[in-house]
Formats: sequence, C-alpha cells, structure tokens
Amino acid sequence: MNDIFEERKAKVETYKKIRGKQEKLFKVDIPEGLFVKCDCCNEYLFREDLSGSHYVCHKCRFHFRVSARERLKMVCDEFVEMFSDLKTLNPLDFPGYEKKIKQYQEQTGEIDAFVCGTGVICGEPVAIGVMDSFFMMGSMGSVVGEKVTRLIEHATRERLPLVIFSASGGARMQEGIFSLMQMAKTAAACRRHDEAGLLHIGVLTNPTTGGVAASFASLGDIIIAEKGALIGFAGSRVIKQTIGEELPDDFQKAEFQLKKGFVDMVIDRKDLKNMLGKLLKLHKRTGK
Amino acid sequence: MTKTTVEKVWETVQIARNTKRPTAQVLINYLFDDFVELHGDRLYGDDASFIGGIGFLGGMPTTVIGQEKGLSTNEKIKRNFGMGHPEGYHKALRLMKQAEKFGRPILFIIDTPGAYPGVGAEERGQAMAIAVNLAEMIGLKAPMISVVLGEGGSGGALGIGVSDEVWMFENATYSILSPEGFASILYKDASLANKAAADMKLTSADLYHYRIIERIIPEVEGGLHNNPEYSFSILKTELIKKYAELCQKSIAELLGKRYQKYRAIGLYAE
Repeated sequence: MNDIFEERKAKVETYKKIRGKQEKLFKVDIPEGLFVKCDCCNEYLFREDLSGSHYVCHKCRFHFRVSARERLKMVCDEFVEMFSDLKTLNPLDFPGYEKKIKQYQEQTGEIDAFVCGTGVICGEPVAIGVMDSFFMMGSMGSVVGEKVTRLIEHATRERLPLVIFSASGGARMQEGIFSLMQMAKTAAACRRHDEAGLLHIGVLTNPTTGGVAASFASLGDIIIAEKGALIGFAGSRVIKQTIGEELPDDFQKAEFQLKKGFVDMVIDRKDLKNMLGKLLKLHKRTGK
Repeated sequence: MTKTTVEKVWETVQIARNTKRPTAQVLINYLFDDFVELHGDRLYGDDASFIGGIGFLGGMPTTVIGQEKGLSTNEKIKRNFGMGHPEGYHKALRLMKQAEKFGRPILFIIDTPGAYPGVGAEERGQAMAIAVNLAEMIGLKAPMISVVLGEGGSGGALGIGVSDEVWMFENATYSILSPEGFASILYKDASLANKAAADMKLTSADLYHYRIIERIIPEVEGGLHNNPEYSFSILKTELIKKYAELCQKSIAELLGKRYQKYRAIGLYAE
C-alpha cells in the first residue's frame, strides 16, 4: 500500500517539475509533459499511453477533448480535406476579433473551428466533418457554417453518408446575427440531405451546446453521444442563475440525454470507429 | 446635444423591452378577424408563451403563431415573459403543419428574450425542438412571413424565424444573445450591456443593411406604444400585399428562394 503512495508522490513531483517549465498549450486538452492528470479521477497518466488509448483515462474512462485532426486520425482510414481555403473575416467589425482569430490560428494550426472532407471509415466512403473545440471553443461563425453547409451539400450531390462530430460552445458571439443565421443555413442543408434519402450520423462530443446543439448537431438520423459529453441548449451557469438552485451531477451529460431520449447511444471512444463502420454498413441499400 | 451611437442603440433596446409595448396578442387582435386560438402540442402540454391560431387577414384564412410576453404582471408570469419551452416550439410546428395541409399562409410574430433556460426545458429537449423547427420551416410548403415585434432573442426567436421574408418593427431588436449576456461573456462585465448592444449591431437598420431582414415597419417618435395603430395599419397593408404576391408563386419557386436566401448568409474570404 505504501508503495502506491510513494509511487504517486514521485509522479506528482516529476509532473510538477515538468509543468513549471511548460508554456500554455492549446492544441490538446492536456498539459505537455511526461504525465497527465486525469480531470476526473486525478489519476496520473503517462502521456504516451494516453495517445495510444484514444486520450481516454484507463482508470475511470474520462474522455479528454481531442483536436479535429486527432479525431480524424482515430476514425478515418483515409481522409482528403475539402474547403480548407475559407478564411474568417470580421462581418460586424467587432473590436479585436481579427487579433483573436490570429491567436487561435497560431495556437491550433487551424484556420477556423471545422475540418471536413471525404474519407473512408471501415471501408465505407463518407463525407466527414469535425469541429475543433480548441479553436474558440468550436464556436460557429460564417466560416464554420459555410463549411458545414458545403460539406452537407457535397454529400447530397455525391450521395454520400454524412458523419459530423460536433464539439462547440455554440454560435460565435463576435459574428453576431451572422452566426445565428448559420443555424438556419446548416439545418436547411441537413433537410435536403435528408430528403435525398441519405444517412446522417451525428456524433456529439464534449461539449455540444447552444446554437450548434440547436441546429445540425441534433438533426442526424442517428445521434451518438460520446461518454461524459456535455450536451444541452443553455449553459448550466445561466440555468443555475435562472432557477437559483444547484443542478444534479449528470445534468446535460451524454448519459442524461440517453435517459431523456435525445440520443441513440452513449459510446466509449475506443468503440466509436467500429460502431460507425457497423452503422454505415447497416444503411447500405440492397436491391433496386 | 447629439446622442452617441451607444446611447441611441440602448434607447432602442429599452423601447423594444418597454412593458407598455403592444404584445403579440394585441397585434393579432388588430390584424385578424374571427381569430380562433388553438392550444397544445399534442405531446406534453400547452405553452402559454406561444399564442397560435387561425384568423382572416384581409379576408384570407391565415395561421398565426406568436410569442406572447403578457402585459400585466400576472399575465407576464403566466406567459413566462415570452420565453418558450420545447412544447411551445412543438405547438408552433403542429400549427405550421396544419397550415401546410390546408394551404394557408403563416404569420410568425417574434417577441422573446430567448428560449427558456431551465431544467425542464433541457430535459424535454430545447435544442432538439429548435433544430427540428429550423429544418421543417425551410421546406414548409406555405408562404411564410416572420415579424419581429419587440425582442428577437437568439435561437428562441429563430425557432419561428425561418421564413420567406423577415420583417422588423423599427425599434425591435434581433440578436444572437441579450446585450447583458453578450457583455458578460465578451467583456466579463454585464453592466457594459449598452456598449455590447452597439457592438452587436442588433437594430432593424443594421439588420436591413446586412440583408438579414427584408423590411422595416416604421414607428412613431418614442416607440410603438405611443401609437400602435400607425404601425399596425402599415403592417397590415404590407402583409396583405406580400402574401398575395407570395401566393402567386409556385411552391417550388418559394422553397428554392427560401433556401437560397439563408444559403447566402455569411461573410468569409476564399
């Protein structure tokens, strides 16, 4: 028993030393260094192990947030990016917005918060898009809305199934009403894809809230929620202020949404790719 | 002394929220003859923050769905200050489908601070309810006009705001979030709501400039409550004209244009 404590103490010391030298890193949700502390159970995890275990804590199955590129690597056998040349402007001339965008671009290496294209999952061709929560909390402005819409329209034209991973705090405040209208635009594209009889799988990852939850993310034929993901419309802080009470622990979590009937399943990240493959195969049309 | 932009915009926000400002019910009473209110979403309940029904608009049977804030204190509480729950959006959708079935045009009256942020609303799928309405409205086979009467608050407004045309009363506002919420998120200080309101570009003139809305209904000096009839009569005349025009079009043309209108919104470089 004592050994365990000693071992942990040593890990903590090493971690502290490393951490002291590190600068802030935004690309993955975990600080740089040999060890990473689990946000949920406080277990110290080997960084190397973590990248090999889908960024999931081996002890409590806490799912760390992952970047769009990491996600694509995890689920796609092949991926060809599309619409990567769309650049963010400042439609409302909002003070400081360009600077903020530039900062995030430097930190994440992405142009905005959505990466998309065509890919192959378990041998099945798909149109796939992934939101990046490390880029301004995955918020949806004109560029994200346009790319989501183009991806869906491409899927409709090419008769491809659509897989979208959402990870977003909602509509992007700095683009105001333009962001709000992206909800209508993306939902409209979903409808046309739906009317063409094509499959849309939505994967809700941590977090999927606000204007993204209230548009394309909720419009899949099948909705999968990743374990522990926060999913909801209003922020819990706002709800707490409104009702003046503490909220239950599982409120707005993936498991809560399953219980309430808003998602088809809650899934562990390690099983996600196979499940997508299975669902894609189950939706292949046979006969005429 | 001339007013600054911040002062002017904040004045508009105050007029839009003025407790004396006529509500959806008042507007419905003015616009429609033989209005019959219909209740309930057939799933859970009847959301009093939404008023829906059928009436004659200039002799034409029309479905109307409006967000009602209530005028007296009791009424405001009963109406939940115009903040809808999922069952409100479900009720709206039920009445839209009914209008589609019977070939009636639809008028939506938007006046809400936002969809209600509460436990029950989340449990019953607020996000899903709004998402479904957006997808349904873009393809609904009926001529539709949305009019922002007072506050157009975020997704709660958009949930009945995807139409062939969107109009605003002159002093109405339409925005992604309340100025207070916006200020607390972006400036970390809710008391900067007046600055936020100016930065957000939420007035009818701004939204007309950005081509988010198609028409502004003028108000008298000081706001709609000073002379509702002046604005309402203009609205009525314009609505009758516009519905006649929209009814001339084929459904395919109507839906094609509606899709393209929303498809084109957004500013980016390539």
